Amino acid sequence: MTNTVLKLNTLEAFYGDFQALYGVDLEVAQGEVLAIIGANGAGKTTLMRSISGLTQNKSEMVNYRGADIGALRADQVAEKGIALVPEGRQLFPSLSVEENLIIGGQIGRKGPWSLEAVFKLFPILKERRAQQSTSLSGGQQQMVAIGRALMANPDLILFDEISLGLAPIIIKDIYAALPGIIGEGMSALIVEQDVTKALSVSQRFYCLQEGRVSLSGASATVAREDISRAYFGVA
Amino acid sequence: MDWVNAVVQGTLLGGLYALFAAGLSLIFGVMRLVNIAHGDLIVLGAYLGLSVTTILGLHPLLALIVVVPAMAMIGYVLQRGILNHTLGKDILPPLLVTFGLSVIIQNSLLEIYSADPQKLNAGTLETASIAVGGLSLGVLPVLTFGIAIAVIASLQWMFYRTALGRAFRATSDNQEIAQLMGLNRRHIFGLAMALALGVTAIAGIMLGIRTSFDPSIGGGRLIFGFEAVIIGGLGNLWGTLIGGVILGVAQTVGAKIDPGWQLLSGHIVFLIILAVRPNGLFPRINE
Repeated sequence: MTNTVLKLNTLEAFYGDFQALYGVDLEVAQGEVLAIIGANGAGKTTLMRSISGLTQNKSEMVNYRGADIGALRADQVAEKGIALVPEGRQLFPSLSVEENLIIGGQIGRKGPWSLEAVFKLFPILKERRAQQSTSLSGGQQQMVAIGRALMANPDLILFDEISLGLAPIIIKDIYAALPGIIGEGMSALIVEQDVTKALSVSQRFYCLQEGRVSLSGASATVAREDISRAYFGVA
Repeated sequence: MDWVNAVVQGTLLGGLYALFAAGLSLIFGVMRLVNIAHGDLIVLGAYLGLSVTTILGLHPLLALIVVVPAMAMIGYVLQRGILNHTLGKDILPPLLVTFGLSVIIQNSLLEIYSADPQKLNAGTLETASIAVGGLSLGVLPVLTFGIAIAVIASLQWMFYRTALGRAFRATSDNQEIAQLMGLNRRHIFGLAMALALGVTAIAGIMLGIRTSFDPSIGGGRLIFGFEAVIIGGLGNLWGTLIGGVILGVAQTVGAKIDPGWQLLSGHIVFLIILAVRPNGLFPRINE
């Protein structure tokens, strides 16, 4: 495990007054795709919020490329090269499709992603560029949300429940596009309730259960029974 | 002809009210902040204009070159130093803090400038008029109306055509997600307040040229601004201009019926519109 990009050191995080994460340790290597699985309320979204800076924690609990970033604000974390595709897409309704993408690239980090590159990946967005973002279908909105995160040219991209509320055929399309998205050098963290999907695109996985890591390992070789146990907490 | 005159003069007066309201509208649109001190900030703008014209001997319109940036700077510092700390889910803290600010500004102005009414001296501009189709239009009201249109057109352009406007709209839509885009909302809000107080400075100077002012008149200007914003519809800048015009026309027509009715008829028209269309005539924000 060389070239660690992100390291969580016994991360304790709160969702309001409620403690959602209890000492989570986690590592992401450069170029690695990591899946985070777990039931509702296991702490997956709090984990995403903590990494992206939407939830601020003790500085040393989140380490990115050797720098402690746990206490930084979300905009400062974004500048360091971490982008989040938030759960439920959360596009800006006042902005057109194109503006949603442009604002994603606002930080001005250099890299392969530009408006043209995103339009090449999702050609339908080019046709719809001038439309209000909320007028698109769910799948197209998800494309905008992914494109918006890519526009920042991140080194680490976080996907929070990108299949939630989408038709199976759309989910298949989006997952088919993932390898092209997570290109060379970029690392990704995928939070997903669909365990099979998550394991199929990732190299390693962590399973969360009630705020703790209940199982982790290589995605390809894990036994289904072990996952069930770690997921539901049944013996 | 007298009635036509009343409507035309009221329309031009509406330009001034739109200037009162534009800053208020901008602030509410970007950060959902209701600024109770807005009227006093307009008066502060007028007094800064007075100081600049007195000390530097400038024409009040030239004083804008100094007063607009000064007010913008005050706006940024005010937002980052105080108002940002009051913003959150609860709408009460910003109301209370800006109310307190209103009291502080009024009393500071009293302390520095005394309670004597003051006026900005714009020379012949104040009395010059042009004859249009049998009506005599004051150059100052026409100029004020033109400035109001220019200000609102620029704000509109800034909002929908520039990166700053995009950042304002995104932050207004969803503060958390805007942070993820690398936008620091504290800074964005600071810029919005700077811009709003820059516009407020223009409103203050135009007010100071038109009428005499003293530290206590802020509250009335705040009400006119509020009424224009609400008649026009929250978050709609052109609507704010129309709201100002409706308010101005209601006042001058009311005054034509009976001079004592000027303010009252403005408020009555406002209340009728509020009762019939609670979201204003052209609402953009649905909440």
